[in-house]
Amino acid sequence: MANTSTVDHHDDHHAPTGLKRWLYATNHKDIGTLYLIFACTMFFLGGAMALVIRAELFQPGLQFVDPQFFNSMTTMHALLMIFGAVMPAWTGLANWMIPMQVGAPDMALPRLNNFSFWLLPFAFTLLLLTLFIPGGAPAGGWTLYPPLSLQAGDSFPLTIFAIHLMGISSILGAINVVVTIMNMRAPGMGLLNMPLFCWTWLITAYLLIAVMPVLAGAVTMLLTDHFFGTAFFTAAGGGDPVMFQHIFWFFGHPEVYILILPAFGVVSEIIPTFSRKPLFGYESMVYASASIAFLSFIVWAHHMFTVGMPLAGQLFFMLSTMLIAVPTGVKVFNWCATMWKGSISFETPMLFALAFLFLFTIGGFSGLMLAIVPADFQYHDSYFVVAHFHYVLVPGAVFAIMAGVYYWLPKWSGRMYSEKLGKLHFWLSTIGVNILFFPQHFLGLAGMPRRIPDYSTQFADWNMVSSIGAFVFGFSQLLFVYVIWQAVRSGEKAPARPWEGATGLDWELPTPAPYHSWDPPPTREVVAKGVAQQH
Amino acid sequence: MTYVYRSIALLLALTVVASPLTAHAEWGDLNMPVGVTELSKEIHSLHMTIFWWCVAIGVFVFGWMIWSLVAFRKSQGAEPDVTMTHSTKAEIIWTVIPVVILVIMAIPAARTLIAIEDTRDTELSIKVTGYQWKWHYDYLGKDVKFFSKLDRTSDETRQLNSGLDPHAVPDYLLNVDNPLVVPEDTKVRVLLTAQDVIHAWWVPQFGMKKDAIPGTVNEIWFKVDAGKTGVYRGQCAELCGRDHGFMPIVVKVVSKQEFATWLAAQQTGATPTVASREPAPSPRG
Ligand code: HEM
Ligand SMILES: [Cu+2]
Ligand SMILES: [Cu+2]
Repeated sequence: MANTSTVDHHDDHHAPTGLKRWLYATNHKDIGTLYLIFACTMFFLGGAMALVIRAELFQPGLQFVDPQFFNSMTTMHALLMIFGAVMPAWTGLANWMIPMQVGAPDMALPRLNNFSFWLLPFAFTLLLLTLFIPGGAPAGGWTLYPPLSLQAGDSFPLTIFAIHLMGISSILGAINVVVTIMNMRAPGMGLLNMPLFCWTWLITAYLLIAVMPVLAGAVTMLLTDHFFGTAFFTAAGGGDPVMFQHIFWFFGHPEVYILILPAFGVVSEIIPTFSRKPLFGYESMVYASASIAFLSFIVWAHHMFTVGMPLAGQLFFMLSTMLIAVPTGVKVFNWCATMWKGSISFETPMLFALAFLFLFTIGGFSGLMLAIVPADFQYHDSYFVVAHFHYVLVPGAVFAIMAGVYYWLPKWSGRMYSEKLGKLHFWLSTIGVNILFFPQHFLGLAGMPRRIPDYSTQFADWNMVSSIGAFVFGFSQLLFVYVIWQAVRSGEKAPARPWEGATGLDWELPTPAPYHSWDPPPTREVVAKGVAQQH
Repeated sequence: MTYVYRSIALLLALTVVASPLTAHAEWGDLNMPVGVTELSKEIHSLHMTIFWWCVAIGVFVFGWMIWSLVAFRKSQGAEPDVTMTHSTKAEIIWTVIPVVILVIMAIPAARTLIAIEDTRDTELSIKVTGYQWKWHYDYLGKDVKFFSKLDRTSDETRQLNSGLDPHAVPDYLLNVDNPLVVPEDTKVRVLLTAQDVIHAWWVPQFGMKKDAIPGTVNEIWFKVDAGKTGVYRGQCAELCGRDHGFMPIVVKVVSKQEFATWLAAQQTGATPTVASREPAPSPRG
């Protein structure tokens, strides 16, 4: 993805070169690239931590790390993957694609865009520095539950400051998306004409603006509890540790949809392309996404059924959680109907989208099971939950990101990746991810708690299998980087529309896409053509 | 594609080579235990019901996907039907049917939940307090209380690079110095709280877990079926710091007769020892 701009298109911009090009970047493509490279870096760092975890869990007994460091690994792994890998990857894709898809030259607020990206390296440097200070990195889980999280040492203020920076970055990025979509659409591009990726991102942006401040509030209260003598969450001072969980999950559940909604958008573009058929039920897809977003605000307590809530509360959160499976189901059915009577081919982006379809659905099933409160009393905080959220996040969100990268790389770089290596990457990832996470369902049901560095011998076999899967999956991702590198360096020249069935304004641009995407804006005829093919 | 087959073969080979390393194979431990209490059986049956619903929906959805992927392949000359863009009827069907299934599921779930919350008529109350990293048990009104923590052998073995083999330790990490002792066929109320951070008390065979939270008292109950005497094991389920993985729960279920004898013995002779903060390790029951 390194050198994706074609400077010959326009000469009235004064883009600096070299390092300054990136430090002072205001171009949506440059910033998109920065986000994607950053996300990829965090993906590998977070992945390395995951491999430390799986190496320790390969056999019973402690072989490599101290339990405290193990807890730091689970905590840091989650923070890095959620806030450092998946969220920035989505913002990177939004930066690249939204202007191209709505017919705009760039994002609406380019300098803000620069700022929201450059906050991230500082945020994660602070967070990663905690690994090297006395007392070590935060080890209370990414959920930061007090009182445990308040026991942290010097890492505590650094972690909280880092989370604040990440939150500001996300909010600014989200504002940029909203403003771009609301104001920069080309004439003729109505809201209900937009590709679904724009729609799901628009909804995601509103979720971000709504809940990142809630997280900021929660961690600030932790901070004042720790340093300034307040007792929001300290029972001894009249506070309530459970209140933190309510506030955290009021952020936390919408957050999981922040991670997955853009994936719905990407998959909703790839499946029609490779089925050579318009998306089935476009409008119901939009409404389903919006209802998921709405419902995501009223299900938070399903993460804390075991804290001892009143019966009525438990029933309410059980029903609302079950309800959220309905719009999710509508989406899956629509994707199936899109493929029905299509003309399907299996290039790498489609393979990843299909794996998403199958494996995300498995995560949805376990989600449905977790919604049943009495059963959740068994599942909660066991490996069953770990299996659930990894199915929705890895072959869910992460596969969708990879599908998107393979899908749009030709448009970005003007070059094709190696289909053969792409497919190899796909198969290794898909097999690896299932060997890694499927056995964790068994472990959880058999009674293995999550977040433990060592386990009783009855859990030995499936842990070993899971660890083998982890190493296969982890190392396969190096191939992903290689495939992209090879494509950008020496891939074959890509045609303007490398995928026969690809539709929408992004595919009406020349390849590689010009530096200022739509400048001048697309004519009404071009917009109408892009839109008409879509639905 | 040969790469793919080769990597699958390699994986299988690795797995086969690795498996003898694990002394007793537990490949069969795949499902939630049915358990030994009234509630655990209900919970297990809810779990199986929702599981089979998922299987049924899965057969339908995955069947549909696979059918499409096979029948509508471009390589087999499939022509797309580009007029098929939406169908209000289909949308209504695949909204309503899931709702109906969910209602069917919600009813028994709500019923079990109500039973779980019904803590009336309990015959024995035990206050359980979580500490970093051990449990304290207090038989309310019986003047019997003691700490319960990881047994010595497990504790020595679990040290980093101890050189000891976990497989050689009976009930590695699932054994304690002083187990909780309860009578069978008795509705036991567990009152949960914690001293320092949040813990969670979980015995899978009893079907329940609940958080032990500083400043709050939570309640659960269990009633072990008559005839199901024996030793049941569980672990702390809520991350509680460095040794979260090392604070197991062991419950010894005995006949009512035996329980009365045990309780009396604790109340007289043993009280000073078990009430002290660091109880001398006693042989596990
Ligand atoms: C059908 C839709 C879904 C339902 C009904 C559902 C339900 C649940 C429930 C009840 C829990 C709590 C389990 C427990 O801790 O006992 C949970 C955990 C979780 N879910 Fe889902 N879920 C769904 C989809 C998703 C999606 C789409 C994502 C994200 C992409 C997601 C991510 C997570 C995460 C990250 C956790 C665990 C958080 C933690 O404790 O660290 N879920 N889910
Ligand atoms: Cu949730
Ligand atoms: Cu614990």
